[in-house]
This record gives sequence, C-alpha cells and structure tokens, in this order.
Amino acid sequence: MQPTLPLFYTFNFYVFGIVAIIAAVLFVTRRSPVAAAMWLVTTMFALAALYIMMDAQFIGAIQVLVYAGAIMVVFLFVIMLLNLGQPSDVADARGRGWKLVAAAIGVAMLAQIFALTRAHVQPSIPPGYLARQIEYTGVIAPVAGPLFNEYLLAFEVTSVLLLAAVVGAVVLGRRRTAVEDAADAR
Amino acid sequence: MLAEALFFSAVLFTIGVVGVLTRRNAIIVFMCVELMLNAVNLSFVAFSQVYGVAGQVFVFFVMTVAAAEAAVGLAIIIALFRHRQTVNLQNINLLKG
Repeated sequence: MQPTLPLFYTFNFYVFGIVAIIAAVLFVTRRSPVAAAMWLVTTMFALAALYIMMDAQFIGAIQVLVYAGAIMVVFLFVIMLLNLGQPSDVADARGRGWKLVAAAIGVAMLAQIFALTRAHVQPSIPPGYLARQIEYTGVIAPVAGPLFNEYLLAFEVTSVLLLAAVVGAVVLGRRRTAVEDAADAR
Repeated sequence: MLAEALFFSAVLFTIGVVGVLTRRNAIIVFMCVELMLNAVNLSFVAFSQVYGVAGQVFVFFVMTVAAAEAAVGLAIIIALFRHRQTVNLQNINLLKG
C-alpha cells in the first residue's frame, strides 16, 4: 500500500464504498423487484468505481459491461417477462422468526469476516507495484499475461462451462411440444 | 485501502446473506446471490494490490461463472413460473416433502 494517499483519493474511496452499502441495504428492503434491481445496479456501479481506484481498471470496465449491463438486463427482462413489476403484497418478506434468525446469522458472519480482515497481511509485492506495471504496459497486459499463461486451462474450461449453461438454459426455458406431451401420456 | 475495502466487502456479503434468508421472491433471492458474488470480487481486487494480479484474473472467472449461473437460474425460474404461476418461494416447497 502506498505510504501517503491523497486525501481526495481516500475521500472518494469512502464515498463509493458507503454508496455501495446504502444501495445494497435499499436493494434488500425494496418490495418491488424492479426497484430492487435498480438499487443493485447502483451498488455495482459503485463497486466498479472502487475497482478502478484499486488499480483494476479493466475489471471495473468489465463490471459495468457484464454485471451492470448484461446480467442485470437479463434479470429485468425476466421480471418483465413474468409480469412481476408490481410490488407484491403476498408476504414477500418472511416472518419475525426468520428475520431474527437472519439478523443473528448476519451479525455472526459480519463479526467472523471482520475478524478475518484484521489478520496480519504480509504483502508479496512491493507497494505501488501494480500501478507502476500499469504505467509501463497499459491496463490490460498485466491481467492478460497470467490469464493466457498460468490460467490457460481454467480459461478453456470456462468455455465448456458457458456452452453447458447455454444448452441448459435453452432446454429449461423452451416449451414442451405436443408430440412430447403425447409421448409422455402414452 | 486494503482494510477499508475488506470492510466494505464484509458488509456487502452480510447484506446479501440476510437478503437470501429474509426474502421470498425467488428473483430477489437470486439477485442477493449476485450481491454476495460482487462482495467476494471486491475482496479479490483488494488483495490483488498486495498479492499480485492473480486476484483480478480470479474476478474474471467469477464473473463468467456468475453469467452462466444467471442464465441457468433464470431459466429455472421461468420454468417454475410456467408450472406454478408464482415465484414466491413459500409456494415452491415440493422437495421439502
């Protein structure tokens, strides 16, 4: 970590982090699925800003394109397709018992993860190394190098995963034909 | 900024967990899972500042898995809706016996 960070940087870092948390709280408390999705998009934009501030410009751009763009559009599309836009009063939130259990588990998890983040971290690269690397080679090369060398197998396996997901989504989403229904009835 | 980023990540992850436990709308539960994945990504990016760029490569893979998961999960939700005319998880409990 850099020994002295500009105040402007620190201030903005906190602003985006707090925006992300507030938007996330609003996201889980909204009744309407569309409003919830919009707040989740806000969280993702704030996270993209945090990525960019932490020397991960490429990941920040991908976050906006893939998460805030593609994935959330798919969610909104399904909400629209199933006509779930109205805030439903059909007991969306669970009862008091569930809420107490959820709050207890939440506090316990927060304490655990927070204790973990207090652990001593031994940096394996010198401070500001990533920023200097980006200065020399550009934003994408530091990510692309390991992706196509050390993690090439995982990268290739990812393509199989995506193919399986596409086939699975098509099979699950299609309508059954009359011929199949007749075959099942027999 | 490592400690701050990890703090934000922990809070976001916990909000996602609480959302999964308290909501009944299947789509919102699903979006809470996405929020948890995002929180983990924030941790990865924060650690990539002190442990090298491999963390950013992992974020890349997590995003791919999230995209695949969203495609299949939403297809399952559409199939469920076609059968039961609802996405309320209280009415979808056949496996519970």
